[in-house]
Amino acid sequence: MIQGQIPIEEYKTGNTVHKWDLKKIRFAHRVLAEYNYKKGEVKQGYANRTLYVNLSNNTIKEKQVTNEMKKKFTGGRGFGLKLLWDSIKPTTRWDSEENDLVITTGPLCGITQYPGFGKSLCLTISPSTNIICDSNVGGFFGPYLKFAGFDALEIQGKAKHDVVVVVDGEKGKVTIETAPLEETNSHLLNDQLTHMYASEDSDKSRQKISVVSAGKAAENSWWGCLNFSFYDIRRKVPRMKQAGRGGLGTVLRDKKVKALVAKVEKFDGLSNNPADPVTLAKIGTKLHQEIRDLDRYQCNMRAVGTGHLVEIMDAYDLLPCENYRFGSFPKAPKIYSPHFYELFTKVIPDGCWHGCTLACAKTVDGFTVMTGPYKGQRVTVDGPEYETMGCGSNMSLWDPMWILEFNFYCDTYGIDTISAGTSIAFYMEMYEYGILSKERCDGLELCFGNGEAVLEFLHRMAQGDKGEFIQVASKGIRRVKDWLIKKGWGDRQLIEDVGMESKGLEYSEYVTKESLAMQGGYGLTLKGPQHDEAWLIFMDMVNNAIPTFEKKAEALHYFPMWRTWFGLNGLCKLPWNDIEPANNAETDEPPKVPEHVQNYVDIFNAVTGRKIDKKEIILQSERCYNWQRAMNVWLGRGQRKDDWIPYRSMGPVTEMEYMSRKDRYDKQIVEKLGLKKEEVEKMSVQEKMKILYDYRQDQYQKLADAVYYRRGWTPNGVPTPQKMKQLGMDDPTMLKMLQEKIDEDRKAGLNVWGGKYSKGEKPPSIDQKYWEKW
Amino acid sequence: MDEPKTVKILKFHPEKCDGGKGCEKACSQVHFKTDEGGDKSAIRIFKEGKSYKMHVCDQRGLCLDMCPVGALTRRKNGVVWLDKDICIGCQACVGFCPINAMRKSDARITPFKCISCGACVRACPNGALELVEVNIGDIKEVVYHKQGV
Repeated sequence: MIQGQIPIEEYKTGNTVHKWDLKKIRFAHRVLAEYNYKKGEVKQGYANRTLYVNLSNNTIKEKQVTNEMKKKFTGGRGFGLKLLWDSIKPTTRWDSEENDLVITTGPLCGITQYPGFGKSLCLTISPSTNIICDSNVGGFFGPYLKFAGFDALEIQGKAKHDVVVVVDGEKGKVTIETAPLEETNSHLLNDQLTHMYASEDSDKSRQKISVVSAGKAAENSWWGCLNFSFYDIRRKVPRMKQAGRGGLGTVLRDKKVKALVAKVEKFDGLSNNPADPVTLAKIGTKLHQEIRDLDRYQCNMRAVGTGHLVEIMDAYDLLPCENYRFGSFPKAPKIYSPHFYELFTKVIPDGCWHGCTLACAKTVDGFTVMTGPYKGQRVTVDGPEYETMGCGSNMSLWDPMWILEFNFYCDTYGIDTISAGTSIAFYMEMYEYGILSKERCDGLELCFGNGEAVLEFLHRMAQGDKGEFIQVASKGIRRVKDWLIKKGWGDRQLIEDVGMESKGLEYSEYVTKESLAMQGGYGLTLKGPQHDEAWLIFMDMVNNAIPTFEKKAEALHYFPMWRTWFGLNGLCKLPWNDIEPANNAETDEPPKVPEHVQNYVDIFNAVTGRKIDKKEIILQSERCYNWQRAMNVWLGRGQRKDDWIPYRSMGPVTEMEYMSRKDRYDKQIVEKLGLKKEEVEKMSVQEKMKILYDYRQDQYQKLADAVYYRRGWTPNGVPTPQKMKQLGMDDPTMLKMLQEKIDEDRKAGLNVWGGKYSKGEKPPSIDQKYWEKW
Repeated sequence: MDEPKTVKILKFHPEKCDGGKGCEKACSQVHFKTDEGGDKSAIRIFKEGKSYKMHVCDQRGLCLDMCPVGALTRRKNGVVWLDKDICIGCQACVGFCPINAMRKSDARITPFKCISCGACVRACPNGALELVEVNIGDIKEVVYHKQGV
């Protein structure tokens, strides 16, 4: 039996304890700007104002949240889009002075009664994609920002020297302070700032602080993530969750922000001032009970977090191995979740916001660091989650302890494990083909399975190594593709096909070759290939529940809209379908988890006092989803060409891949392309690969056709002014811009379907300007 | 700090109970300053056939490891105690109590539970309730999810 019921003050992690001279560190701070504000109450989920900070001219002010803003943009990610639209220009890039880094909360964010209600939504122009990247993250910062008085925090401009921005909800004061002496790497910096700004020397006081930071590697890489802290009163550690995707930490460090600090005076179960707390508590308790009774038979989140997916993905040929060449691997059982279960700390609550009993935020405490600047120290490693474990398999690294080391350094150096892992897996494949070599990689032997070289790469990146490869490689796959092609190293087509990026962002860790709908789930997205818009592999590939283009398009409409709603409100997706009611399979639409959808409707009404239904949820999302796509168009992207995906995500690029799943592919050529079995047997592998390539590329274009049509966009993927008006998004500048873009596309002959429709097949509409009739 | 070894828990003698529910009224007086009983009482008496049964916290303490803010502690007298000034009303303890003995009333967001104060014992005219001392080691339980079980 694992020991529990240890008094909180006596709980020990075995971590190395640091003693900081906090007086000296704080004495070195110089206040550059100070803004005193009137503390206010959150009313039915909204603080009703946002905070604006400009680091170039040290301005701090507040902006009012209007009823119209709430109606059109709901909150959270929606507010972020609205604030960005007001602040940036179509020429704004990630490192432009006017680029905005926005952290928002959402009206439901900060509720403690229902699991998963503490997420912050972070938005900015991403270095990876040059369009808006939104990232959903746990930790206490979002809820505390709201309880301190603001629905969103907007950071514009760049400081001259390292600064911290402190939102002190206790004093009602916002300051910009220089911060020359603090550490930069997050696990130390967050510890320092948590102790420095806590009102008293107690764990309860430290729990009222949350820090956002990014480490040393975020300064030198485009994979920078934001680490959001949440102080754990048992471990006595400011643990952290990451806004990982899209280089948000890179933007933070480019603005010379060392950290953001939010502090609350107090908070309780009613800090969000919900309209109907009784209903809230009832719905929340029902879900807690569901988790209590069913999680162990469903996803086992409470035991191993998202890590339970490794064995499932391996079993279904979906676990990315050796840069997505394969979906399973003989060594994969070495990183199945039971191995991590052995290492994870057990028994104590592991939610990244209070009240989350799904508790997927696992840690390994007292982990002894094996390499780099913290070698020999004992630390808490937050994670690993499934995606980080999947990075292990993708780089052919099968040692759980190595994955922990990789996880720890990515976190504290402030880089996204997904982007780093997927990128390095690509570099490794290039290394295997001789396109990269030890010499070309600044002395790194980046072959599959070389964990030492990967860690050395991370350390050198954090040190700001000026090697040509390190400099390019730390900016991600797209830049390395361009670099290799420019150097004339390797075959261009091969490089484009195997490097798993779309829009400039690296793929997350799922193999999508056999699920067309999921290819769309990655490609037909707003920010790039991330699975947070739709995860349709089982629906599509395993259950064959959406066989036609129309059905796939409906799924690629509904699920991205549904999941966008979590971002508008400051919620986590996991308690929606990673725990399901016992009778879910017997409902009309099990993949939607109808009972939980109703929970969210009821909670929205219980907090805001409004009366919405499940259709209104989709409408709220559609408004913001289309707005974001329109902003991508405005920024020069967001069209069919930008929804391109690499062939590695669609099918076998190399002969080895084809041969490893030969029966499957041969069978498909017979069944789907209508060739005779005897003919197929006579064909060479190259010939079979070619016809499969053409077929699958065409399938993807046909899918895009169906999805654009369903979403109310032109055949080139541009949201139409008619659709925007239908949704009530009537900003004249936006509508004019869209019309001009559509007219430009018409002149360029781009308003046409992408698929090749033979006899008996129909495009979604034969009317060339179908949208004008809406 | 010396950890408590024993705790007093309620013992029920159904043969002495007449269903008057004076215990519930006394309990709601302790927690909500009202004699409504029912949903505002930590102890509940239900009729079962011709007899009665008691439903109340047995101080096993599984909830202690559920609380994210440390509002639940085992006090010196061994009783599992909810500090409502620290509690942030998340209902995790309510939802996870295996015997549903952590209570929540509509009257406030923070839950409440039996604190073995003896008000109910004193209120019962028939002596149907008593507080008995048990070893914590014998009743203690932790929230522990094994993988795949």
